Amino acid sequence: MKNPGPPASRPAPRTGSGTRPAGASASAGRVRAVGSRPPAVLLVPAVVAALLVLLPLGYLGVRALERGAGYAWEIVADRGTVELLGRSLGLAAAVVAASLVLGVSLAWLTVRTALPGARAWGVLATLPLAVPSYVAAFAWVSAAPALSGFAGAALALTLACFPYVYLPTAAALRGIDPAQEEAARSLGAGSLRTFLRVTLPQLRPAAAGGGLLVALYVLSDFGAVSIMRYDTFTRAIHASYRASFDRTPAAVLSCVLVVMTVLLVTAENRTRGRAGHARTGRGASRPAPRLPLGRLRAPALAWCAAVAAAAVAFPVATLGYWLAVGNSATWDLERLLSASWSTLAVAAAGAAITTALALPVGVIAARYRGRTARLLEESAYAGHAVPGITVALALVFFSVRYVYPLYQQLPLLLAAYTVLFLPLAVGAVRSAVLQAPPVLEDVARSLGRSPLQVLREVTVPLAAPGVATGAALTFVVIMKELPATLLLRPTGMDTLAARLWDETTVAAYAAAAPYAVMLILIASVPAYLLGRHRP
Amino acid sequence: MNELRIADVTKSYGRGPGAAVLDDLSLTVAGGELVAVLGPSGCGKTTLLRIVAGFLRPDSGTVGIGGRTVAGPGVHVPPERRSVGIVAQEGALFPHLSVARNVAFGLTGAARAERRVRTEEMLELVGLGGYGDRMPHELSGGQQQRVALARALAPRPALVLLDEPFNALDSGLRNGVRADVAAALRATGATALLVTHDQQEALSIADRVAVMRSGKVVQYGTPQEVYRHPADAWVAGFVGDAVLLPGTVEGPGKTTAATALGPVPLAVGAAGATDATGATANGGAAGSGSAAGSGSAAGSGSAAGAGKAAGDGRSGTVVLRPEQLKLSPADSTAVRGTVAGVHFYGHDAMVAVAVKGVEGTVGVRLAGPVAVRPGDETGILVTGEAAFHPEPS
Repeated sequence: MKNPGPPASRPAPRTGSGTRPAGASASAGRVRAVGSRPPAVLLVPAVVAALLVLLPLGYLGVRALERGAGYAWEIVADRGTVELLGRSLGLAAAVVAASLVLGVSLAWLTVRTALPGARAWGVLATLPLAVPSYVAAFAWVSAAPALSGFAGAALALTLACFPYVYLPTAAALRGIDPAQEEAARSLGAGSLRTFLRVTLPQLRPAAAGGGLLVALYVLSDFGAVSIMRYDTFTRAIHASYRASFDRTPAAVLSCVLVVMTVLLVTAENRTRGRAGHARTGRGASRPAPRLPLGRLRAPALAWCAAVAAAAVAFPVATLGYWLAVGNSATWDLERLLSASWSTLAVAAAGAAITTALALPVGVIAARYRGRTARLLEESAYAGHAVPGITVALALVFFSVRYVYPLYQQLPLLLAAYTVLFLPLAVGAVRSAVLQAPPVLEDVARSLGRSPLQVLREVTVPLAAPGVATGAALTFVVIMKELPATLLLRPTGMDTLAARLWDETTVAAYAAAAPYAVMLILIASVPAYLLGRHRP
Repeated sequence: MNELRIADVTKSYGRGPGAAVLDDLSLTVAGGELVAVLGPSGCGKTTLLRIVAGFLRPDSGTVGIGGRTVAGPGVHVPPERRSVGIVAQEGALFPHLSVARNVAFGLTGAARAERRVRTEEMLELVGLGGYGDRMPHELSGGQQQRVALARALAPRPALVLLDEPFNALDSGLRNGVRADVAAALRATGATALLVTHDQQEALSIADRVAVMRSGKVVQYGTPQEVYRHPADAWVAGFVGDAVLLPGTVEGPGKTTAATALGPVPLAVGAAGATDATGATANGGAAGSGSAAGSGSAAGSGSAAGAGKAAGDGRSGTVVLRPEQLKLSPADSTAVRGTVAGVHFYGHDAMVAVAVKGVEGTVGVRLAGPVAVRPGDETGILVTGEAAFHPEPS
């Protein structure tokens, strides 16, 4: 009876009319009905968040067409642009594929098998979040200069990005009711077939969401590709912005990049499974039995060790080397502490604001399937692909033009962080809310709670662990953010990332190292907590 | 009292014929009554429940609770202001709150002491006094379900909706929890609407049963009426095992029907009453005459061959229950058959008998020991009266 089959729970407002079987109403508790609209308490802040994201995009369009459509088209159709497109997409594809392999395999090994020290490997698999991609790139290129170019960029970005796949996949693996797998086994499927046919399809939303984040990260990455000297859109945009007074090419190229993201998000949305995600059983779920590895134990351990060595140990060792090479004269303790403090403060404020704005969008994305909901979620995602440098430029332009007092002030920097990292927080909120059965909200409504009270008393407490995960992730990525911070930081404010960049650009590696180490140390705390956290 | 009045409610998803989930449906539940909406999955009963609760808006029609219109043209009272309690499948307790805080969830506005008293009172009512400090996952499925009921009843709702609440319980537990829930509902005098596809559940605990099919109520009456005098052959088969025989009305007063099992007496007025199938419940014409049965016309449409009384020689379907048939020695009666199968259930047994002139077999329910075996010749006796459904002309 209670079969959350995909077609039944999908009220498909645009793919079909009248095809919905009457029986679908039996499972209507999973998703709100076709016509129902999100309440104003959710809708209004969600629209504000979406507008904040869409604002820079609007600016891009205006700016790109400032010198006429013909001129803009010339830039788009240029042979160099097409080549850049291929290079960016190729890099993104390679990194996504590699991250999926690393993320899914490590998630399965650490959650579902009797891997010795599974918990420790789980923590290690999340630690790369603390290593900014530009630090990883710097570590590799300073050790093996031959790596620069495509291979080096792909390597550095994969090792920096795969936790985005690992974390949601591991969480999804923990959430799957082992009874389903037992049912598959009892139907004659072997353990491999069970994994491929029952477990893997259920991991798809989590892995695909993570993969999307990775792809968006790669498309907008600036630090790693610059250090690896691999020309992509972001690097070309930066170069053309710095090189000439004509900023139109930078805006046009950014527009192309934004279009690519929108296509990517749309594609992911279309393939997303519509199956129910909440567990159907009652009571607490049993933890799944861990699969003995047998002869595969040694290779599995070696695999985990190799990933941890490349992603964590190697950058740390390189930094240690540079620290040792440097001497106390290159250390400015006071400056280091002040930069650490402002980094902490800015990242905490940014994460708080971003999560608060992500909450309504994430809840709508999880609970409502109308056109409005889709539009809101997609606009929240769009901001991530706009490279930091472009968001920064857009906000500079906007503030100079309309709110001059904000120019070079903290709110502008926080706005840039929100625009950039809303997708991360929205994704976390959305999956957290999907874990809470909607029927609980119905019951709370019937017991006299308004939609806002239901959100506060039921949805948020149930989704809290997932939302906290999202907030911690946001904190980490804000700490590591480079291009927007460089352009928008208030005068006189130093953050760790900015200091690191300043020293690196003048090849003062030994002087840069303390900032890098401090950055990694601070970012490790939430990353460590994420690895330990069991949703 | 807290009467629920659903009038001419229509709801469809999408457009086009066949998209209608509720088709001009009307149903009235008197204050304090427990009514079961019984239907196969996909008949629209959950949609009906969600419309009453306020999670869906009807396309047309009105819903009134305790004399107040909560849904209708230009009116939509949000769920939180309807004073409707919900008991969902599998309980749906808030996993992050203790049992006591679950029960107290709807008690807003009351003083703390009052809240505590009411919470404990409700837990006592469902037999879980002293369980307040437990967390939901520490309770069994049946206990969770009873807490869900306590939670729904605590704010003294005008109406309680139960959505297949016993589905997830295993059958041994189900009867006990079912009886407890019915007793708790009666003790509080709450008006209740229970949605289920389990005919046993509907017949055993409801004051009245509304049988739904394809978005309509096809019959509304007491469990006895629905079972003894089903509105049509489909209802007969849906609410229990049925023996359907082609027959022809005959005899003085049109009170018997000729069938393959010989002349079968028809229920008094049955030929006339069941003629207007859709309105069987009216006046309890079928004989049990319960006061509650009157004045709550349920059915619309589906009035097969309404209006004309079944005349002499009119043919149709005669509906008997297996327990109305008895086996007799093969040579003692005019009607004979061959035993085709015996199914023993412990408390009773079902004997399938192949009778000449009847398609398939005829089911006979035996209360005592089974003396026949497949292949035996046996006689069949009919006791009691049958319902009759004339063929639509």
